[in-house]
Amino acid sequence: MDEYTIVVENLTKRFGDFTAVDRVSFSVKRGEVYGWLGPNGAGKTTTIRMLLGLLKPSGGQARVLGYDPATQAKAMQAHVGYMSQLFTLYKDLTAAENIRFYGQAYGLNRRALRQRRDEIIEMAGLQGRERELTANLSGGWKQRLALGCAIVHRPQVVFLDEPTAGVDPISRREFWELIYAMAKGGVTVLVTTHYMDEAELCQRVGFISEGRLVALDTPDRLKQTQMRGHVLEIACGDSEAAMRALQAARGSGQLPLDDVALYGAQIHAVVPDAEAFRGPVADLLAAQGVAVNAVEWIAPTLEDVFISSVKGREE
Amino acid sequence: MAYDITISAQGLVKRFRTRRGVVTAVDGVDLQVGRGETFGLIGPDGAGKTTMTRVILGLLKRTAGQSSILGYDSMRDTFAIRERVGYIAQQFALPGDMTVMENMCFFADVQGVDRHEQRQRIPELLEFAGLTRFTGRIARQLSGGMKKKLALACSLVHQPQVLMLDEPTLGVDPVSRREFWNLLGNLRAERGLTILVCTPYMDEAERCSRVGLMYGGRLVARDTPAAIKKTVPGRLLEFTPSDLQRAVPLVARLDGVLEVQTYGQMLHVFVDKVPKRRREIEGVLAGQGIACAGMREIEARMEEAFISLVRRRREGEWTSTPLSLKT
Repeated sequence: MDEYTIVVENLTKRFGDFTAVDRVSFSVKRGEVYGWLGPNGAGKTTTIRMLLGLLKPSGGQARVLGYDPATQAKAMQAHVGYMSQLFTLYKDLTAAENIRFYGQAYGLNRRALRQRRDEIIEMAGLQGRERELTANLSGGWKQRLALGCAIVHRPQVVFLDEPTAGVDPISRREFWELIYAMAKGGVTVLVTTHYMDEAELCQRVGFISEGRLVALDTPDRLKQTQMRGHVLEIACGDSEAAMRALQAARGSGQLPLDDVALYGAQIHAVVPDAEAFRGPVADLLAAQGVAVNAVEWIAPTLEDVFISSVKGREE
Repeated sequence: MAYDITISAQGLVKRFRTRRGVVTAVDGVDLQVGRGETFGLIGPDGAGKTTMTRVILGLLKRTAGQSSILGYDSMRDTFAIRERVGYIAQQFALPGDMTVMENMCFFADVQGVDRHEQRQRIPELLEFAGLTRFTGRIARQLSGGMKKKLALACSLVHQPQVLMLDEPTLGVDPVSRREFWNLLGNLRAERGLTILVCTPYMDEAERCSRVGLMYGGRLVARDTPAAIKKTVPGRLLEFTPSDLQRAVPLVARLDGVLEVQTYGQMLHVFVDKVPKRRREIEGVLAGQGIACAGMREIEARMEEAFISLVRRRREGEWTSTPLSLKT
């Protein structure tokens, strides 16, 4: 039987009349990498703060490793790690000093501190840079060091709130290797992200919109169940002219286009049915004097699916 | 129609003197962006994207080479450039205690747009950016995505022909990023604006007409997104091995395996031939007791291409270091 390390039922947070988190329920298994995707202000950070015991819920309940964060935060903290959007490192300390500082804050003894320092330096790829000031480290290193500091006390559950904002793709890949290495060791990871390609890396993904969890499944299953309509990729001679023609057709209701966007030299358009509208789209462009090379039905990205899913709820 | 060059650089060099010695941030860049193009500048942190943008804008002095916008020299004709180019700097912050309308008027005044024109143009731009309903709101209280759209509207207030955007959507959620890029798409389709944009997001790079990859101060690849994606070697297999750490070296050693990238708990393996190599990979891993779940061929995206290109550069540095030491 799977063991659940995070269990959330109808968790709600109201600030005055504003409901930031609205009856959210989900469970995360031990060793699972669980991702949250949603716009700014959708309630992701507020939920994490409730799970950390920093905010009191207005309703519902949560259990993290069996603890109730609202009343047992102190006992829970020794087993939970947190890395926030602004990696909270001391820039005027060296890498090794940052690790020691966090280790001491978590009450590690001297021997454990030395051992963890060496492990984390190696994990973050900081060998030879232990004595460098954190301010002088590049984005990817800082980020891996921040993760190391967040897990210096070997927590069983780790919350990562947009840990990779503003870091280049190679550093982000390396960071995700670390996430999966932790998960393999039985650590449960709850991560929020703005990057669709990162959401694809999670074992399960929740879509958050206006305080609600609107969909929750594996990335592949979300693509099958949450996308309304099909994505057509249109390759044509003059994509700017084609864009104008399709925007006009969308505005006048001549074609039921849900979303029209330029992608390089191509256009992506969402239609209710690819087979039924492939012809009409090509005909419309040809009638406007745009040479059409190909209209192809392509697989939606997780971003297409997210937007479709959230829009569907609004309507 | 002749290829009409809007942004141009030849042999552009920018060096900084720092406490640690001289750093060459831009190292001999040649670049030509045509009218109406959306050119995306990508590259790892510290590759020189921001510095190059600022040198071309004339905000930083170049060390050597030539650069111009619309034929105006970056260093001599800064005023002419200022009049014709909109710029959003990285981490650009609008005055937070002013309303949306006050911000727009402030930028219009700074750019010397007279009041009569302001009355006509500002409502149009607010409509374009979807901010008409928020005219009276204090900028600080706008969402992240709306702030970026306001910055874009402000950068357009003097009707520039060229936009230079330095990571304009950093830290913005996916829905707002898409809306922002749809606005850029409209500027391209309807007004023929030339746009140069630095971005850390590979999905945004896919939306550009051409992309340039900067690495170590140089532009090491430039082409359409489709052509850049074709530069990745061979074809791409994706699967989830039951033991990732052991699987990587086993797969990397195999014949016909050109490159291995990790992707979360998955592996991306570039191979020369799909069916043959697929069988061999599965065979070798099975022999070591490692299962491969969900093996399938996928299309390389910008992200895989980016990682592959940068990696090959880094490996190239290893082999070329002894050569450069001789000189």
